[in-house]
Amino acid sequence: MIRLSIPLRQALARLSLPVLIAAAFGTMLLGKADALLAERARIALADALAPFYAAFAEPARAVRETVEEFQQLLVLREENARLREENERLRRWQAAALALEMENAQLRRHLDFVPERAPAFHTARVVADGGGVYARAVLLSIPPEIQVRRGQIALDERGFVGRVTEVGSRSARVLLATDMNSRIPVTLEGSRVRAMMVGTNGARPRLQHWSEGSRPAEGERVVTSAEGVAFPAGLPVGVVRWTEGGVAEVELFARADRLDMVRLFDFGLGGILPPEAIARPEPRPRR
Amino acid sequence: MVGRPEPSPGLLRRLDDIARAAFPATGTVLLMVIAAGPSGVPGLVPAAALPCIVFWSVFRPGAMPPPAVFLLGLLQDLLTLAPLGTGVVTLLVAHALAVAWRRFLVRQSFMFVWLAFCGFSAATAALGWLLTALLAWNLPAFASAMHQAALSAGLYPAFAFVLSRIHGVMRRAEETP
Repeated sequence: MIRLSIPLRQALARLSLPVLIAAAFGTMLLGKADALLAERARIALADALAPFYAAFAEPARAVRETVEEFQQLLVLREENARLREENERLRRWQAAALALEMENAQLRRHLDFVPERAPAFHTARVVADGGGVYARAVLLSIPPEIQVRRGQIALDERGFVGRVTEVGSRSARVLLATDMNSRIPVTLEGSRVRAMMVGTNGARPRLQHWSEGSRPAEGERVVTSAEGVAFPAGLPVGVVRWTEGGVAEVELFARADRLDMVRLFDFGLGGILPPEAIARPEPRPRR
Repeated sequence: MVGRPEPSPGLLRRLDDIARAAFPATGTVLLMVIAAGPSGVPGLVPAAALPCIVFWSVFRPGAMPPPAVFLLGLLQDLLTLAPLGTGVVTLLVAHALAVAWRRFLVRQSFMFVWLAFCGFSAATAALGWLLTALLAWNLPAFASAMHQAALSAGLYPAFAFVLSRIHGVMRRAEETP
């Protein structure tokens, strides 16, 4: 170690804080000037931490499940009554669905119908909260043999979750539909009205820019729209809810705050990629 | 230690010293990484970083030097999607204030330190909000900043309880020859 005189050392110690604060502002400007650098550093760190998170995920889930189980025990009676009622309702729906399926099969036989290819998907585990105070995102642990592409669509078992914005070799970040930067083109299923679903960082994204004179109805189902070629049409998103203040919001089917597994679908769509500050579009060959 | 002839410390003793000096920073890193896990609570990483940094800056500033705070801030920004540098600036400012007022704060009761910490968390959340707004050039939701301040202020007693136990153990270990 270098020997320094005591006054010099004290002066250095006193200087280090202002110098570091200046360096911090420098970092801020650097991050602003070169968004790609920040993104690379972030994804490198995520890649490095992915194995740790994957190892840690198992006990963490065990703890969470125990807590959830305990909470469920408390409301078991009510839950049972609700489930019985729901079961009854679903049985009726099942009958309707079976009848429709039969009818559909019969009608199909009369047509020259080519069924759509089922889209390929991979299931990935959510290992970390990738958001922070002003953003909503999750980090996925991706096995190296699986190819993930930016712009792929993430769904949980219930519905639309978000889109892949950053891809590393062992991890990927999914910007959730609830994030402030998220803009999803949607269609209201019943009335076929198009609208934009805008994230607010809250639990329920807002519905905006619907065509004039066609007010979204409370409880109407919201599905993705193929406009903008970023999403396939018809993925389930949520239902319309009007707040007391008269704002149309979407109650998502997906449990965005409690994700543990998501399915990543590759529909082969590029469309508009996420905004510059979050991720830059990768150069794609011209077709 | 300058000017005092000391017997050369043994290897175990030296390892012990190094571990003690490194614990605050490494412990904070570990906590932040764990806090980034999928908990469903947004903003848990900064809420875990601030109490640790302020606590160690007040009670053991030697083990939480400014460069360590810089790196912890960088880690916070990289773990979250916050604009790069905002965490570094806010944590360094919090550290500087904590070190400046430490002589006064060390002598106060726990309740008073907690109250002071509430001020710290509100101020850092406001500063973080301001920097985010300046960098993104639009106003992020102020509710997020308030949530952030309340979360770190609420978590402080839990952190302080554990950390002050650890601090006590360290001090006892240092006092025994």
